[in-house]
Amino acid sequence: MSETAPAQHLCLDSVTMAFGRRTVFERLSCCFPKGEISVLLGGSGSGKSTILRLIGGLVHPIDGRILVDGEDITKLANRDLAKVRHKIGMLFQGGALLDSLTVFENLALPLREHTDLDDGAIHREVDDRLASVGLHDIDDLLPNQLSGGMRKRVALARAIIRKPLILLCDEPFSGLDPISTRQVEDLLVDINRRRGITIVVVSHHVASTMRMAEQVSIVLPEGIRTGTPEEMERHEDPRIQAFLTADQDRPAGSLEEVEVLPGLGS
Amino acid sequence: MTDAIALIGSRAVQFVHEVGAVATFSGHILACLLRRPARIRRYLDEVFGLGVLSLIIICISGIAVGAVLGLQGYNTLERFGATDSLGTVVGLSLIRELGPVLTALLTTGRAGSATTAEIGTMSATEQLDGLRMMSIDPVHYVVAPKALAMVTVMPLLSALFIVCGIAGGYLVGVYWGIDPGSYLTGLETSVDFREDVLGSFIKAVVFGILVGLISTYRGFTATPTSEGVSIATTTTVVEASVCILVFDYFITALWGV
Ligand SMILES: Nc1ncnc2c1ncn2[C@@H]1O[C@H](COP(=O)(O)OP(=O)(O)O)[C@@H](O)[C@H]1O
Ligand SMILES: [Mg+2]
Repeated sequence: MSETAPAQHLCLDSVTMAFGRRTVFERLSCCFPKGEISVLLGGSGSGKSTILRLIGGLVHPIDGRILVDGEDITKLANRDLAKVRHKIGMLFQGGALLDSLTVFENLALPLREHTDLDDGAIHREVDDRLASVGLHDIDDLLPNQLSGGMRKRVALARAIIRKPLILLCDEPFSGLDPISTRQVEDLLVDINRRRGITIVVVSHHVASTMRMAEQVSIVLPEGIRTGTPEEMERHEDPRIQAFLTADQDRPAGSLEEVEVLPGLGS
Repeated sequence: MTDAIALIGSRAVQFVHEVGAVATFSGHILACLLRRPARIRRYLDEVFGLGVLSLIIICISGIAVGAVLGLQGYNTLERFGATDSLGTVVGLSLIRELGPVLTALLTTGRAGSATTAEIGTMSATEQLDGLRMMSIDPVHYVVAPKALAMVTVMPLLSALFIVCGIAGGYLVGVYWGIDPGSYLTGLETSVDFREDVLGSFIKAVVFGILVGLISTYRGFTATPTSEGVSIATTTTVVEASVCILVFDYFITALWGV
């Protein structure tokens, strides 16, 4: 039983996920519309990162289908999975830059592996991408010589360097100062507008979320609630209200705190 | 009692499972070694890295072990008035046994543990997943060059250890007054190329395969936390050391090396 529309671009269809005996979610269904920015909210440990990793084929569900650009990836062999991943750019929570390579080599790696660009073209492409995330003259630095925010922006540059169809961002704003946050937010909106990329952002940053999102999904223990930002702001579920109005400087446990109050589990 | 049997049973199942997983992993590495693009640059970097890590300890340990052999050998041979055979004793024990085995044990402690820690940390910090998402197979890009480098570096380091050891024995022997010429002549006449040198080479290659495989497998399958990586590192050192000694016995027993 799924409520997903027939035009299935990027969808989880009745997915059950567990690590060992520990169930993360059961029969979860949601779709991320093509060419739009969707934001995924939820308490820590609710399985947001797991949803992105499922879409990337990094972990495998127990049951259900996962559609990426219309193709069910749950039954693909590794070779075919690698092909699907060409369509996906992923920004990991910690950046996941290779720490034995310089910033330049990190960005050049996917180009060297999968394109025939010559060195000059690779240099231009890398510098363009770095400039677009507001970074200059850091080509020869190693990732551990960068601040957390710079690492995140370099990782974002790497995720978009091969012009993916789908961009998955795991907490792109955490560890960024307000100006960089705004910069990354504008950048995401900009590449979405210009290239029509489908973007899924996991974020705790409610203000940015509400500004940029065209669809907001909130992961709750019994399933996922989806709507436009306006719909979510008017939603009657107190947990969603608590989440959206919670000051982002409060510890990221506000969702769980509300859950333990009696009488709210309607 | 039934608990004990159940425990033994589950351990046995786990062991068989693990052996199967290691076999699959080795198959994957082999397939990656044949796949384009050949990671020559990555391989050379790894060879260089392993060499740099191990060079000094191999030289110092080699000289020390050779010197001890020289001393012990001299004291024993002197009782029989056969101190001229010192070169033979030192050379043969180093080439046939101590060179490959001690080199492998030292390399396990130095480079094997470092390999596990590095791959484990890459897994814990999602660098391996990052590669996967760029459609790059981490076994092809990270693991296979490291494992192959370990296999090729081991015989070279073992040879270096043997040369240093022979020099150490020579220095001690000459210091105690044996004839330098007879030390070298004894060495030259008693060492057989096929029997001794080739056997020594084969041992070193087998140990290289063991250390390369165990250290990369443990790193690759480490629980992605700092604790998991530290456990994996310890496991590498223990398992590789035991495997080296057990395999040494079997190679010696079966091929008489
Ligand atoms: N590799 C893993 N092994 C075991 N459990 C995991 C693993 N990854 C995530 N989990 C568990 O799955 C749940 C969801 O994790 P995650 O998706 O990272 O949450 P979020 O990103 O929403 O904070 C957590 O309870 C976590 O403990
Ligand atoms: Mg997360």
